[in-house]
Amino acid sequence: MSIQLLSGNEACALGALKAGVRFFAGYPITPSTEIAEMMSEELPKLGGIFIQMEDEIASICAMVGASAAGMKAMTATSGPGFSLMQEGIGYAIMTEVPCVIVNVQRGGPATGLPTKVAQADVMAARWGTHGDHPIVALAPWSVMESFTLTVKAIEISERLRLPVLILSDEIIGHMREVVSIPESVAIHERKKPTKSKDEYLHYHDETNFDAPFAHFGEGFRIHISGLTHRQDGFPTNDPKVIKWKMDRLRNKTDLNRDWLHFDEHLDLDAETVIVSYGSSARAALEAKNEFEKNGSKKIGFLRLITLWPFHYMKVAELLQNTKRVVVVEMNQGQMTREIARAVRRDVQVIDVNRYDGELITPAEVLEKL
Amino acid sequence: MNQEILDRLRMDDRFPHILCPGCGIGSAMNAMIRAIAESGLTNDDICIISGIGCSSRVPGYIDADTFHTLHGRAIPSATGVKLAHPDKEMIIIAGDGDLLAIGGNHFIHAARRNLDMTVILINNHNYGMTGGQYSPTTPQGKRAKTAPYGCVERAFDACEMGIGSGAVFVARSTTYHTPHLKGLIKQAMKKNGFALVEVISQCPTLYGRLNRMGDAVKMLEYFKENSITVSQVKEPKDAEGKIVIGVLHDIEAPEYYESYRKVCEHAQRR
Ligand SMILES: Cc1ncc(C[n+]2csc(CCOP(=O)(O)OP(=O)(O)O)c2C)c(N)n1
Repeated sequence: MSIQLLSGNEACALGALKAGVRFFAGYPITPSTEIAEMMSEELPKLGGIFIQMEDEIASICAMVGASAAGMKAMTATSGPGFSLMQEGIGYAIMTEVPCVIVNVQRGGPATGLPTKVAQADVMAARWGTHGDHPIVALAPWSVMESFTLTVKAIEISERLRLPVLILSDEIIGHMREVVSIPESVAIHERKKPTKSKDEYLHYHDETNFDAPFAHFGEGFRIHISGLTHRQDGFPTNDPKVIKWKMDRLRNKTDLNRDWLHFDEHLDLDAETVIVSYGSSARAALEAKNEFEKNGSKKIGFLRLITLWPFHYMKVAELLQNTKRVVVVEMNQGQMTREIARAVRRDVQVIDVNRYDGELITPAEVLEKL
Repeated sequence: MNQEILDRLRMDDRFPHILCPGCGIGSAMNAMIRAIAESGLTNDDICIISGIGCSSRVPGYIDADTFHTLHGRAIPSATGVKLAHPDKEMIIIAGDGDLLAIGGNHFIHAARRNLDMTVILINNHNYGMTGGQYSPTTPQGKRAKTAPYGCVERAFDACEMGIGSGAVFVARSTTYHTPHLKGLIKQAMKKNGFALVEVISQCPTLYGRLNRMGDAVKMLEYFKENSITVSQVKEPKDAEGKIVIGVLHDIEAPEYYESYRKVCEHAQRR
């Protein structure tokens, strides 16, 4: 354990290094750049690879190539770069290559607000790449969580052979906090195939969790393709096989919803519950504490850590005694819609939004309580 | 075809292939496989990586670790693989649209970076897979599906681009000159650094038909009659209107991974 004063971006990079990430490809973009800078300093010391590519498309492709070839790999970006990565994210999903993409969110669309905070990529994270697909997205709310969730993201990604997104934001990325960093963390090691080269199937039917899989370039003579494929990786137009592949992808998150769901909650039997995530949850919690100072009434608090897959059943259960939900987020109501879909029809859903590059204040939340 | 070549292929259920009769891609693939065999490389020593297009379907037929990436993204994907497996030979196969249009940025930067890889560009002067639209190598005035009145734009010379961007080995051949092509691919693979081999190829189904160039045989005859070797070019005008074949550029420059390793050693000593 070591006590350190770190920014969220530094804690994220440190988490990745401790969890065994040895490949980082990226392209500079505010407010994520410190992650790349720290990786460029630390990876050579560990014999790992840092490479600055010509753009974010190249970055995600290089990362997918390295991960398919056996290295734990990560990249970090923000809005415009995240948009450029979308086709590559879909490719990693289709080819089942583990990787972690950190999006330190800033205001959008387009170049938007390079130095200002937003949480407006929640839906881009869910549906940014085309086609039906599963995705996992985790939202840290502190420097410490930037560390722990990066470690977790790598484990999830490796076990599910699925890209995992970290939806950080400008405040979390640049904020400094004193944290205690463990000397080491559990490193998830990929399992090697036990089958011979001739029997091995890269996308085996039953093993969709913690499955052994061959690394590209190690002589299993695998074929990796973004075309919809069979168990052996070769393209197909057979409707049955297409459906098998699409269901296999969906089941990565559908069958593991409970394992993938993380939240933090307090006083959920209160009439009014505040729901939030990431940096705006800090203001939300502050508002709860302020409110409770002045009276006997409690306010509930639910902080989503896993944004995707959104666990509708779990959220419905958590909010079953609630009459009013106040959703606090820095966008025009992206997660509010998901919450509204999860709760009973008679629950009043109110949103507290800001999308002007400024943090939501506790006072703004208090007004709605 | 001899057994040596058949053994390199995925003969179980990958054939028949998807290429049109008379397509030049098969000739380029044949030359490539022979080059690999004659270089003494097994199929486990190589990684074959492509983007999207007709040319990019080649890896699927070869019994090795093969990577069919996104349109234009073979080079950055291969960059990741190579850095994870520096001992493997990276062979990239790309069409002219794949390498020079959508993947153009990756191409010039990979040449500049000089990571060891061999890029085989199959230049059929149009987008084959999508049905014959014009590409960055369609000559000005030639027809394509999206240039029904003739191509307005000027064409790239891929080899000049490679040289200008820092490639250490650049060569050109055609699908008529397959033994010659095979030799160039062998040299390119041997070269430590970014190597480009451009193969001028025929697409009789689309580009050839749209420009009334005759069938595949006619197009190959055209390549034969209009090619000139590097050594035959005595002055610039000798090359006018000709396909200049042979090694156009061969220099020494530090290879990226070796340089990166030195940086690691330096960082570790501090
Ligand atoms: C992002 C993206 N844009 C467009 C396409 C459609 N597309 C598939 S192949 C191709 C062009 C192929 O031409 P070329 O690279 O010259 O290779 P060829 O088929 O002639 O061998 C295009 C535009 C795609 N697959 N992805």
